[in-house]
Amino acid sequence: MKICVLVKEVPDAAVEKRMDSNSMRLDRSGEKNLNPFDTHAIEAAMQIKEGGAVDVEEVVAVTMGPESAVRALHKAVSLGADRSVHLTDDALADSDVSATGYALAQVLKSESPDLVLLGQQSDDGECYTIGAVVADHLEMPSLTQVIKIDTAADKLTCERQAEYGYDTVEVTLPAVISVGDAINEPRYPSLKAIMGAKKKQLDSKGTGDVEIDASKVGADGSRTRVLAINPPPAKQAGEIIEDEDTNETVEKIVAWLDERKLIA
Amino acid sequence: MRNGTDRVRRRVVFDLTDEQKDIQRLVRDFAQNEVAPVAEELDREKRFPYEIIEKLGKLGLMGIPYAQEYGGGGADTLSYALAIEELARVDSSVGITVAAHTSLGTWPIYAFGTDEQKAEYLPALCSGEKLWSFGLTEPEAGSDAGNARTTAKLEDGEWVIDGAKQFITNAGTDISGGVTITARTGEKEISNIIVPQDTPGYTVEAPYRKMGWNASDTRPLAFDSARVPEENLLGPRGQGFKQFLQTLDGGRISVSAMGVGLAQGALDQALAYAKERNAFGKPIASFQAIQIKLADMATEIEAARLLTYKTAVLKDQGKPFGLTAAQAKLKTGRLAVRCAEEAVQIHGGYGYIEEYPVCRFYRDAKILTIGEGTDEVQQMVIARALGAA
Repeated sequence: MKICVLVKEVPDAAVEKRMDSNSMRLDRSGEKNLNPFDTHAIEAAMQIKEGGAVDVEEVVAVTMGPESAVRALHKAVSLGADRSVHLTDDALADSDVSATGYALAQVLKSESPDLVLLGQQSDDGECYTIGAVVADHLEMPSLTQVIKIDTAADKLTCERQAEYGYDTVEVTLPAVISVGDAINEPRYPSLKAIMGAKKKQLDSKGTGDVEIDASKVGADGSRTRVLAINPPPAKQAGEIIEDEDTNETVEKIVAWLDERKLIA
Repeated sequence: MRNGTDRVRRRVVFDLTDEQKDIQRLVRDFAQNEVAPVAEELDREKRFPYEIIEKLGKLGLMGIPYAQEYGGGGADTLSYALAIEELARVDSSVGITVAAHTSLGTWPIYAFGTDEQKAEYLPALCSGEKLWSFGLTEPEAGSDAGNARTTAKLEDGEWVIDGAKQFITNAGTDISGGVTITARTGEKEISNIIVPQDTPGYTVEAPYRKMGWNASDTRPLAFDSARVPEENLLGPRGQGFKQFLQTLDGGRISVSAMGVGLAQGALDQALAYAKERNAFGKPIASFQAIQIKLADMATEIEAARLLTYKTAVLKDQGKPFGLTAAQAKLKTGRLAVRCAEEAVQIHGGYGYIEEYPVCRFYRDAKILTIGEGTDEVQQMVIARALGAA
């Protein structure tokens, strides 16, 4: 089995995020890091590889981004990926989710993975959708919010989080799976892995190398246009129930839920 | 051109390399996730952090600056300093355990050992499976370390050791492998000798009751006709004085990093508290009296950090670093004490109770103006380097 993990370089969690009102995009300057949600996808790949239920030949980290994005790939290999692929091209700048998904799918086609894993969301754009876009282009089944994966030779049994509880879904391979952050506790990279990260194979590819139609990517190839940006509407202040006497507190909560007809 | 650019970059190093950043990040995350939640408890119970040391060992962080052929991390001194800084930023007991093991315990064997000694000891030390100590200080030989009274006499192919050492870090844990001591091997001759933990006649005594660093292991050692093989001599006979001075020079880099880390941790805590604590209807961080403290702390920390990093870079470049190391040690120790005090002051009464980490930081800070060379010894080293006689 060959596993590709999609990763992304994002602004570090410690950097305060703000919108650039001129470009109407997220200001991505400052310290960067590997998208923390992707570390769960890498860990999931490593657990499949180390689990022994199937034979994993290699785990390949794949990203699309500017030159600086190689840092995300170095981190991905320090967490266990065997090698990495960097799709980078000026033509790709300012691609929206749809265009990015198409471009990544083209890279993945050249790798022919049996399984594509990615984190549930990026810590900057937070769209939660790239997996579905990639799966659509690859014509593979896709699952989101997966928090448990059981592996067999040609299929996976996955548990996914839903609003109403958990779904257990069987999916045939190849497939694209986006994992929830509850799936595992990512390991730390070892010092040895950090020191050796740059020695692992990293292939840099341009749009021409993976047959990307340049008219479908970049600012011009993107279908979304940002017309305006607004802060989200303020939430109504909640009601705080002080827990002085637990019996009373429970009564108050039940009454509150009952008023809103939330208890059958 | 590329080489030329690199050379210029190397001269003015304010950017960390990718690896240095990743090591800093690794240890920062580790300290935050694995050390911070248990630091108060370990301190309160005076419990050695075995689980943490084991995890650090598995990550390769118990032998950061040593060659990979001996199981070390193969990283540079600056990476090592960054790691110690991040540990001390959260807890000094864990910081000193790693720093003393790496700089004082492992380094002399790495630097002065024969190939056989290195092959025998280093893999277990770099992996953190075993800890090693450095036995220099004696009841009557602290700053005046050349006044050591412990003797080692060669008899029938064995060194017979008599004497005592004190304030020795990492000597009495379940995973202590042994100690390298300085001993008189002749009239005016000091040598370093390797003493394994199970040596008959070598006794590790009960731990001290300390002001701080409570989760670290510090003990007096006694040698009563302790016998080790002649080949346990470390480095040439008579070179012990020179060797321990060199060891201390290197040790000062990591102790300086501990000072920077403790000061930064104190500032982190003080800033967070000042932003959430209200007085007179607004956060105390909005009062100039508090802002001045925070601004001064941040500025002094940055200056001390640069001095510490410079020392590490000088060592990595193979340049003399003894003067800068003494300056960094002097600066950072005082700074740690001052920042811990200011952080407690900003916390008010809460800073005086153990629920807040700054209380521990205050107790942990003081040793940094004493251990591995007192401020007064640093001043002596610095004045001599200036040519003052």
